[in-house]
Amino acid sequence: MKLFAGYRDKVGASDVALDLPDGASLGALAREMVRLHPALISEPADLVAAVNQEFRDHDHTLAEGDEVALIPPVSGGARYTA
Amino acid sequence: MIEITHDELEPDAITARVRRDTNGAVLTFLGTTRSFTRGRRVLHLEYEAYRPMADNKLAEIAEEMRERWDVEDVAISHRLGRLEIGDISLVVAVASPHREHAFEACQYSVDRIKQIVPIWKKEYFEGGEVWVGSQEDDHLRKLEESAAGRQS
Repeated sequence: MKLFAGYRDKVGASDVALDLPDGASLGALAREMVRLHPALISEPADLVAAVNQEFRDHDHTLAEGDEVALIPPVSGGARYTA
Repeated sequence: MIEITHDELEPDAITARVRRDTNGAVLTFLGTTRSFTRGRRVLHLEYEAYRPMADNKLAEIAEEMRERWDVEDVAISHRLGRLEIGDISLVVAVASPHREHAFEACQYSVDRIKQIVPIWKKEYFEGGEVWVGSQEDDHLRKLEESAAGRQS
């Protein structure tokens, strides 16, 4: 998955691979990511992510080959709301 | 027209893209980098984007402006890379037959850009640097209510 801005700095990489079971949700990815990198964010549920360049909720099911990006709060901006 | 570029932004040229004889109002917003923020002196800034998602989200915002207000044309240009103090980071040009629509649509676009477009800025201070984020949802909600009021 792709990491940007503050998240990239905290994890120390702009691209991270994660092994998840088939049919895993975006929420599961967020929890695994925060487990591995606790500095990322205190609450996994607050992690905003895009799948294939669209914002998705945490119940979104991931598929093989999806491009996932973790989206920190944008420049002078707020977190995404639908 | 939507544009994300490392080149210097030229407001006159960007404004010219939206101008037509049917416009009654043409509004150009410039976002500029300021020298002091939260009491600290900023030395320079760095902008980065997640592309092409950022391009797509800017296009989406231009579409929302056309849907919600009587807007004839919109141009949005965002700059990336290293910016010095006083540089232009964002230009939004809005053309409308009516000024109220141009003002509101323009304000909406800037708030919305800061909400959904994956572009980040890092401020470099003497002795430090920080990625910037803040909350502007309340302000945006008020504008959306105003737009809804105009449509009804």
